[in-house]
Amino acid sequence: MIRITRKLEFSAAHFYENPKFSAEENKRVFGKCSNTHGHGHNYTLEVTIAGEPDPATGMVLDLKELKDILQREVVERMDHRHLNYEVPELAGKIPTCENVAAVIWNLLETKIGRGKLDRVRLYESEDLFADCTAEEGGAGR
Amino acid sequence: MKISLTRRYRFAASHRLHSPTLSEVENERIYGKCNSPYGHGHNYAVEVTVSGPVDADTGMIANLGDLDPFVQREVIEAFDYKYLNEDVAEFQAIVPTTENVCREIYRRLAKFPVARLERVRIEETSKNSFEYSGEQAG
Repeated sequence: MIRITRKLEFSAAHFYENPKFSAEENKRVFGKCSNTHGHGHNYTLEVTIAGEPDPATGMVLDLKELKDILQREVVERMDHRHLNYEVPELAGKIPTCENVAAVIWNLLETKIGRGKLDRVRLYESEDLFADCTAEEGGAGR
Repeated sequence: MKISLTRRYRFAASHRLHSPTLSEVENERIYGKCNSPYGHGHNYAVEVTVSGPVDADTGMIANLGDLDPFVQREVIEAFDYKYLNEDVAEFQAIVPTTENVCREIYRRLAKFPVARLERVRIEETSKNSFEYSGEQAG
């Protein structure tokens, strides 16, 4: 099995607030991430596909095709958007690195035409990232 | 699908690779310039990976408000701007290779109460990195 990885960047705004919490609780739990007007990040996304290369092309999945899927599913949906207000898949969720990565995993999982989605790694900054990985022998294989 | 969160920390420290069970000649042969007597230093980067359920109220595996001070207290304060061989008690008995530093940091962080420690990965330089995920069952 071979793994191939495509990287992309997008920029978006967010803030953390749980409507069930009081203002003080939101401040205590989320700190400066709770500032109501939001703040932003340059996100870096690495998407890994695993599979056997097609004998005819030598490719697990044409990276051009993967690039188009990522453009449609991630960049057009999230780039230069406010994640709290403009991404329906995140409605009702706190747009943490974990939750955004999981939404991206769910958006991509069924759209990969060849090979299987193996890992979604989302960097919120160079010092923080979330990984979604396929479970060994689990669904998605 | 399994989800994990990784946070990157940094510390600067010196060390010397020297084993008391080996002769001077053997130490020099095995460790080369890493054996030089007064030690040398690195800017270490440490990636700490934790996993567990994403809390429905916070959207988080672990709040960095909990993880950062824990790592700061258990590792950074003990290692940053220190000579590992002398200033960290555990390395008085074992050689502070980055393999051993990785294991020691894992041991210190394994008791993090909020989420499960998955992995410790250390970059000793931009060219060398080391990972430890604990001893796997079976």
